[in-house]
Amino acid sequence: MTALKGSGPAVCIGDDIDTDLIIAGRYLRTKDWKIWAEHIFEDLDPGLAGRLPGAVLVAGKNMGCGSSREQAARALQVAGVRAVIAPSFARIFFRNCINVGLPALECDITGCTDGMIISFDCIGGWVEVDGKRHIFRPLSPRMQEILESGGMIEYWKRRLLR
Amino acid sequence: MVTLSEKILGAQAGTYIDRIVDKAFCHDGTGIQAKIIYDAMGAPGIRKPDAIYIIYDHIAPANNSQTAELQAELRTLARIYQVRFWDIGSGICHQVMAEGQVQPGEVVIGADSHSCTLGALGAFATGVGASDMAGIWVSGETWLRVPDSIGIHLSGTLNTGVEWKDAALSYVAGLGMDGATYAALEFTGESAASVPMEGRLTLCNMAVEAGAKTGLFYADKETERYLAEFSVPCTVQEPDNPTYVQEYDIELADLEPVCAVPHRVDTIRPVSDLAGTHLDQVFIGTCTNGRFEDLARAARILKGHRVQVRTIVVPASERDYLQAITSGVAADLVQAGCTIGPPGCGPCLGAHMGVLGEGEVALSTANRNFKNRMGVGASYYLCSPATAAASALHGEITDPREVI
Repeated sequence: MTALKGSGPAVCIGDDIDTDLIIAGRYLRTKDWKIWAEHIFEDLDPGLAGRLPGAVLVAGKNMGCGSSREQAARALQVAGVRAVIAPSFARIFFRNCINVGLPALECDITGCTDGMIISFDCIGGWVEVDGKRHIFRPLSPRMQEILESGGMIEYWKRRLLR
Repeated sequence: MVTLSEKILGAQAGTYIDRIVDKAFCHDGTGIQAKIIYDAMGAPGIRKPDAIYIIYDHIAPANNSQTAELQAELRTLARIYQVRFWDIGSGICHQVMAEGQVQPGEVVIGADSHSCTLGALGAFATGVGASDMAGIWVSGETWLRVPDSIGIHLSGTLNTGVEWKDAALSYVAGLGMDGATYAALEFTGESAASVPMEGRLTLCNMAVEAGAKTGLFYADKETERYLAEFSVPCTVQEPDNPTYVQEYDIELADLEPVCAVPHRVDTIRPVSDLAGTHLDQVFIGTCTNGRFEDLARAARILKGHRVQVRTIVVPASERDYLQAITSGVAADLVQAGCTIGPPGCGPCLGAHMGVLGEGEVALSTANRNFKNRMGVGASYYLCSPATAAASALHGEITDPREVI
């Protein structure tokens, strides 16, 4: 379920985190999404997975570069991440997040550290951390529509009914 | 004035458009994920099956029963909806598409990040994920943001022993892994016309490694010559004094053989600085460098010698493989001790046929050296086919100019 508003403690990761690091190629061939959540970030820091439920993931620049695997976005969602915030995203990963219904917010919140409480509002277009409000780069109207539908599955179900 | 991307997409950079997709393709990996999304949408039917391609390359043939069952399921979908289907052994999706399926000026979307490869033909080609692909299956269209363009100006000629891969690694290092995010790269300049199609495919293939949405060459006489081999018509495209947000010059004569060192594609060093680095495996193949011309250049170096390290060669397509057989290149490689795998991605993504062990070091002609990608705890360097072949002869990183 996509929550367009929410809050959670920050889990911070670095720059240029590639999708192989989010979910390794050896786990991709399955229809069981839970497997991806179990092995998420295994090659980066196996301790991260346990901290993701209810968290807001705060990444550095070029988040999600590399492979087009949508499993990376889905893994974060199934692991319980509420939103991903980064100053810049690799474009395919960015599309994938919105398409699975996971808010991906392009916003520079440098200075945010692990555990700080982050609030976000995808309708209002802002992120709040440490009492300070940041405006994230607005989604295109189509992306906003997909996100508000809860992802591509629901978006196309509705559109095809019209 | 307008860039090639703006011309093809028919709108100004920065505009969001909905666009009919001329060709859309996925592979065994992303295809099954697209099918899951498609089924969850209620399997509403595939709008334009003639424009939909499914090409098995990532784990082909299957490595275990689970993969085999998923592949069987996707084969059934391909049969039911009569989409265009290429089974194992056909080759890497990008190469199969490049062999007569794509024309200049088309909009081509692939569920794979290296779909930008097809910009070499003057098409607008870019990668998406599984849900976007499922959306194209049901609607025949997708949304796109018309990208800004970065002009990559090529001048001069490559020196002996220096290859298009060295030029590709050099521009990725120059721009950085996110230097071209959301933008398109346009390869132009006085030397663009002299880049053979195999070199264009290599240069465009790596555009995504700099974060780019795609890389493009204007269709010209070389495109016409190449597409004529497949009886595909070619409308030549002329640069119209395009406006670039950034310009990047490559003087080809200044380049030397380079390697991207573990674990970043944008961190390169001259091969001469790395000479003597011990290797456990050499891999020649992938959508970057598995074409016949790549294999032939490697074979010229290896012919009559014996490799000193296990060396895996994987042709990019059935056609490349057949050319290697009929020309004698395949025999030269096998006689030199290389192991030839079936056309496809081979060990590039770390799923089968050459996965590395912990602590092992490899040299690969692929496009990515991300940590653990080709084997947990392994490290690998990226290079040209010539550097790979020269290094295979010595079992350590070797400057190809020493053996040519």
